[in-house]
Amino acid sequence: MTETLLETEAVLRGASRPALTFALQGEIFAIDADTVREILDMPAITRVPNAPAFANGLINVRGRVVPLADLRVTFAMDRPEPDADTRIIVIETLLDGEENILGIVADKVLDVCDLEDVAIEDAPQVGMRWHPEFLLGIGRYAGDFVILPNIGQIFADHLNSLNRETN
Amino acid sequence: MSRPDPAETFRQEARDLLEALEQALLDLSEDHGDRELVDTAFRALHTLKGSGSMSGFDEVAAFVHDFETAFDRVRKGLAPISDALVRIALNAKDHVQLLIAEPGVHAAAGMPILAALHALVAENGVAAPPPGDAAMARPAKTVAEDGSASGWRVRFRLPGDAMAMGTNPLLLLEELRDLGPCEIVADDEAVPPLDDFDPLVIYLGWDVTLRADVPREAIEDVFLFLRDAMELSIDPLADERAEAGSDGADEPADVPVERAAPIKAAAASASKSGGASLRVAAERLDELMDCVGELVIAQARLSQIAGHSQDVGLSSVAEDIERLAATLRDTTMSVRMVPIGSLFGRFRRLVHDLADDLGKEVQFVTMGEETELDKTMVERLADPLVHIIRNAIDHGMEKPDKRLADGKSTCGTVRLTAVHSGAEVAISVSDDGAGLNAQRIRAKAEEAGLITPEARLSDHELFQYIFHPGFSTAQEITSISGRGVGMDVVKRAIEGLRGTIELTSKAGEGTKATLRLPLTLAIVEGMLVRVGDGRYAIPLSAVEECLELPASEVAGTSGRNFLDVRGTLVPYLRLREMFGTDAPPDLHQKVVIVGSGDLRVGLVVDQIIGNAQTVIKSLSRLHAGIGTFSGATILGDGEVALILDVAQLVSSAEQQQRRVSGRNLGIAA
Repeated sequence: MTETLLETEAVLRGASRPALTFALQGEIFAIDADTVREILDMPAITRVPNAPAFANGLINVRGRVVPLADLRVTFAMDRPEPDADTRIIVIETLLDGEENILGIVADKVLDVCDLEDVAIEDAPQVGMRWHPEFLLGIGRYAGDFVILPNIGQIFADHLNSLNRETN
Repeated sequence: MSRPDPAETFRQEARDLLEALEQALLDLSEDHGDRELVDTAFRALHTLKGSGSMSGFDEVAAFVHDFETAFDRVRKGLAPISDALVRIALNAKDHVQLLIAEPGVHAAAGMPILAALHALVAENGVAAPPPGDAAMARPAKTVAEDGSASGWRVRFRLPGDAMAMGTNPLLLLEELRDLGPCEIVADDEAVPPLDDFDPLVIYLGWDVTLRADVPREAIEDVFLFLRDAMELSIDPLADERAEAGSDGADEPADVPVERAAPIKAAAASASKSGGASLRVAAERLDELMDCVGELVIAQARLSQIAGHSQDVGLSSVAEDIERLAATLRDTTMSVRMVPIGSLFGRFRRLVHDLADDLGKEVQFVTMGEETELDKTMVERLADPLVHIIRNAIDHGMEKPDKRLADGKSTCGTVRLTAVHSGAEVAISVSDDGAGLNAQRIRAKAEEAGLITPEARLSDHELFQYIFHPGFSTAQEITSISGRGVGMDVVKRAIEGLRGTIELTSKAGEGTKATLRLPLTLAIVEGMLVRVGDGRYAIPLSAVEECLELPASEVAGTSGRNFLDVRGTLVPYLRLREMFGTDAPPDLHQKVVIVGSGDLRVGLVVDQIIGNAQTVIKSLSRLHAGIGTFSGATILGDGEVALILDVAQLVSSAEQQQRRVSGRNLGIAA
């Protein structure tokens, strides 16, 4: 797990690969574009009763049942109803060492850019609403702040909290 | 497609060979006199050695060589077959397995095993070659007692294509020379004129006079891989025949033919099965099944669209596709079916070792090996069955003296059977041991605070506590069982396979655990229901009946969630409440009565939509822990529906019922 995180970080910091940027409630996020499988229009979502709000939906991605995660929950944002710009970003990621396909809700998908142009700084430890562990860093792109979420850490944390509940 | 990796090919081959070896050894432990089995074991070892060194598994080859050398003495009748020998041979087999799995890690661990093995085969006074020294271990150094002469005349002619097949006659001659001093004469009678000469064919034969006191088998072994196709005659040297004794005199002439026979038979059966069946990588079957699953879903959508359309052409194509998809699905499922016997074979070893360790006499009887189950199912059944069999032998089976005192035969029986019953397979493990001790289980359950001393429970109900986490009644903790992890894990594993487990037991007569499992994990007939605005599938096999929720119950008087179904009280769960749905309830709610084991529970839903064939997709780790759902499926319109986990729902209803009845008892008291 740690290894993958480091890899992801290295990739973003090494900045040799393109990143996908998307908007969530006025903030811009960027993830490694190589982990993205596809971007979907809003499909029918099946709600999973009693599942935490962060991941309480399932969607059908070409015959696969794929869980849907909402980073807006992680970053304590409002969650308005989906509109014409809402998309699902389907990514591949490792959960506990297993390859998993997940959907992430985006209010709007923006662009694919090269993070080489992005100046990445460590996330500041103070003055932030968000858990610093959930960020790989903060960058600047075209005059805006770009948030680099640590997807692996966010899901690992979620799984841990699930395990704590069941125990 | 990548080229086959020789190491992987060897591993696969070794797996089969080791399995054959183990089966032969276990059979030998039951019948010490069967020479055929000894030969089978020896052949497996020999092939293993050959392929091992060919594929670069030198450690394996070296170890197997010594193993084989020791076993060779058994084959020649120089060492008796005993239980001790079988045990050590099994250990040696396990060691080979380790060597193959992790080369370079375990080499040192083999020495004590070999030492023990050699000590055993040397017991009857003849010095055995020390282990580890391949050169010393040649049979030539052992003293032959029968079937030998002070010299042999070996005449052989290789099959014409031998060189093309990779045989090097020089090496064969070299091996003969290792046995003792040889005079070798080439026989060039068959060499054709130059015009007809094919440089790839061997035309030469050899006539070897071997002056050494070696057993005939040692010579035959040199030609072990070629004997079927070659001409070979081995005769004692004429001048020595008289001294060789009567036992050697009449045997040599017919032995070659006789000895070759089993090999030929084995080769024939191998080629026969090779023609009729095909080895396929398991992942490819999984991929195929995934594709078929998606095809079934796509076909369901097509049928739905065709149903709404007036186009005759479309509906006829949809029907064709439906028929084809059904056939393809059935065929694919049948391809994945494997006989459960492959699993049963593994347990023979377990029973043998356990009985040995615990000083018990156990006979293992299996029935219904030909019963077929989905391969994933067979794989996932292995661990639960190991637990159950261990329990049967460790807890259930008494020591021989105790059995004798109880008027039973000293040797207990563990019976493993599998039968098809409808769309299910019933697998049972029964023993004729002491049976479950209801008192002790009760005491333990009270101690753990699971039941009150006043609670009146039937033995059958008491037995269910065995499946409670952390529950073990073994008085002393052994390495084999008794740590209280086991039966609850077993139960969960079986339920994970959408099966059930039931225990019956009679004091003094034994215990029987029965597992009921669906034939396949991949596809299930489901009943589709609606709760609020969500659709859910209930496995149809669990559905017993459907009722309308009586008007008196609709209001939802809390605390008394029971229905009177023809005189029986059935607890029910309001899925709307459990799932926290906001959508307004239907006027006429329905109750689906589902059963798991002996228990029945009603599930209150808004609407029963109908039956649907569902391809089960497992839930990701993000949702696996929720419990109420065993998986998800994709419906005809492309939406995802969750599949209810009936066993889980039933047990939560049971807990609710116990809370309610406990409260009632409290009021009464």
